[in-house]
Amino acid sequence: MNSTSTSKRLCDAFWQLANPKVFMGWSGRWLPWLVGLTILFLGSGLIWGFFFTPDDTRQGSTVKIIYLHVPAALMAINGYLLMFVGSLVWLIRRQHVSVLAAKAAAPVGMTMTLIALATGAIWGQPMWGTYWVWDPRLTSFLILFLFYAGYIALWAAIEDDDTAADLTSVLALVGSVFALLSRYAVLFWSQGLHQGTTVNLVDGAKQENISNVFFQPLLLSMAGFGLFFVTLILIGTRTELRRRRLKVLQARERML
Amino acid sequence: MMPDLGKYAVEVMGSYGVSLLALALLCVVYIRRSSSVKRALITAEARKDA
Repeated sequence: MNSTSTSKRLCDAFWQLANPKVFMGWSGRWLPWLVGLTILFLGSGLIWGFFFTPDDTRQGSTVKIIYLHVPAALMAINGYLLMFVGSLVWLIRRQHVSVLAAKAAAPVGMTMTLIALATGAIWGQPMWGTYWVWDPRLTSFLILFLFYAGYIALWAAIEDDDTAADLTSVLALVGSVFALLSRYAVLFWSQGLHQGTTVNLVDGAKQENISNVFFQPLLLSMAGFGLFFVTLILIGTRTELRRRRLKVLQARERML
Repeated sequence: MMPDLGKYAVEVMGSYGVSLLALALLCVVYIRRSSSVKRALITAEARKDA
């Protein structure tokens, strides 16, 4: 089998998930596994990081905050990028599952942004001497948080689901600029207190600014946060699909 | 068993407390909403079939 037919089959399988019935069956089968893997990875990453890693020579025990701060920040950005993809698919192909996945991702992404901001502020006080500065990365994360809040508020404010999906999708596309900006803000502006990327997995190698003793539990914790994110999005998307079906049935009852 | 967090104990414990609380609340909200919608849908489907 050549790579073209494999990628075509994968592509077809992906688009089949746009069918609510297929999605419900598929997600129902995977959810118990995802819950188990989330508990395993998140639990072991945080326990390893908190209990079994040494203090850093410069940062002391505050280095243990990294196991929450970095994975939460990573998910905050990736959550919005997922919303971008889901919204784009909705606007182009009008597939409900994609926009409902984006809707389900928003509260999770907002919570991750909040955790990143809170742990960053708590970490910043002993290291920088302040909870907050208008640093490029911190500011772009605050704006990202406001975009998440606005997205959720817009969904809640509009009665008609399809209109809400259209308007929130546009907002998600605009906000994704800030999601990217918060990832690369440190590179755009070489000013501010926040350091550059701690872990760079995209380039295929970890950077030298974190030692293995911290990196391994951090990797587990990042995987755990990722699995947690995916699990909640699947639960949330299933809930939204059921809620839509419920609305249809209730509308039908009212007409009888 | 508890690691010695030294002078940063409040910051480290505070970070873990706030984050784990937020994650737990998020789980509770998603699971409760999922159960209530599922229950309501089952009732509505039963009414439709009746």
